[in-house]
Amino acid sequence: MIRESLEKELIKLKEEVTKMGRLLADQVYKSVKSLVDKDLQLAREVIENDDIVDKMQMELESKALGLIALKQPMASDLRLIATVLRIIVDIERMADHAEDIARIAIELHDKKYIKPLIDIPRMSDNAQAMIETALVAFIEEDVTTSNSLIAMEIEMDYLYDQIFRELLSYMLQDQKNIPQATALLLVAGHLERIGDHATNLGEMVIYTVEGRRIDLNKIAREQKENHI
Amino acid sequence: MKIKLKSEEVKVFYKDFQALHGIDIDIYENRVTALIGPSGCGKSTFLRTINRLNELIQGTKTEGRIYLDQKDIYSAEIDVVALRKKVGMVFQKPSVFPMSIYENVAYGPKIHGIKNKAQLDSIVEKSLIAANLWQEVKERVHKPAAGLSGGQQQRLVIARVLAVEPEVILMDEPASALDPISTSKLEELIGELKKNYTIVIVTHNMQQAARVSDYTGFFLNGELIEYSKTKELFVNPRDKRTEDYITGRFG
Repeated sequence: MIRESLEKELIKLKEEVTKMGRLLADQVYKSVKSLVDKDLQLAREVIENDDIVDKMQMELESKALGLIALKQPMASDLRLIATVLRIIVDIERMADHAEDIARIAIELHDKKYIKPLIDIPRMSDNAQAMIETALVAFIEEDVTTSNSLIAMEIEMDYLYDQIFRELLSYMLQDQKNIPQATALLLVAGHLERIGDHATNLGEMVIYTVEGRRIDLNKIAREQKENHI
Repeated sequence: MKIKLKSEEVKVFYKDFQALHGIDIDIYENRVTALIGPSGCGKSTFLRTINRLNELIQGTKTEGRIYLDQKDIYSAEIDVVALRKKVGMVFQKPSVFPMSIYENVAYGPKIHGIKNKAQLDSIVEKSLIAANLWQEVKERVHKPAAGLSGGQQQRLVIARVLAVEPEVILMDEPASALDPISTSKLEELIGELKKNYTIVIVTHNMQQAARVSDYTGFFLNGELIEYSKTKELFVNPRDKRTEDYITGRFG
């Protein structure tokens, strides 16, 4: 009986984390879209929605703590709840990055871009794909899916380096480009951080399933360095 | 860490039924070791092999070796009475003797030949203090022990065990008949006792095992399935059967 009710609660908890994660992916998508389209209204929507993400985090935290207090979970159940408690913090941080991107979009909305935005939307697509992959790994408790985040993280780092070099060249060309190039570089930085958090989620899934702790970010870094 | 007790290939048979199928375990000195598992898994049977209590049950046969400080307790030259003095036992239901609190505690030392009143007084006080009972009963040590609450009686039983200066204390479900407050007092006491004694506790209550013990062994169908540090076992068990049991998938 207790087992059954705990099982149900855990499934519910996972579903809600997934919901929070999907909202986050949407926030990332909208924040970059608002930047590309100079869509003030969409940028404001992203900022407002951040409160929903914060609220979800608090609710999930209290649910997870409630399960620990009332059901005294052990072993993989306990690890899953510990993972949820950490995942929701990462999701909330990622959502903060999306909010920061939206604020930059507002700041830049009346300025002409120094260059067409091509790699930033690519980073955004990649970030959303990483979030989705991490969520699938979490729902299915699948280590292989978690591991696939490594390649995506490497791709993210390449894109960031590329954007960095490109914007640097614009800054060198004309000093007047510096404020906007810096703002765009910040956007790329936020997206890159979102990718790091997504790999954290993958690490936690591996911990839930196998009780092993591994550093996917580090593996990605090492693989990237070996390529160069 | 010193190994206080070591069992090798311990098998117990009750007539035709084999209750234990070769248990190998190292129990460390000044640590609390919990034995968990579903009813009938052999955990209590194993506990009773440590002070040779099983042989009081007719038709029981024990094989294998158990070493207490590297001495085989099943060898011919072992004095069972002396062994049981070294290895005390606390049972599920507190069995106080129908006499005063004082007499309950002094009973063991008297049997072992201590007659001097001052010495007995000192043993009784020290044992009751060590069992965290002294403050509650010091005004009425000569009153009947039966007047104590269940939780106090269980601590009295522990004081009685301590009075004969054991080295190992075996506890078989010591808190299963106690209310939550008495249970928590008993658990606190176990934590203090391990400084001076080696404790092996059998419990049905997994949360209790998790709270009080340093090492946990999981028994199933007469086998020791997994034995490791308590934190390891409850957070990250190695064996699927342990995982299934502690997460409530069976048992």
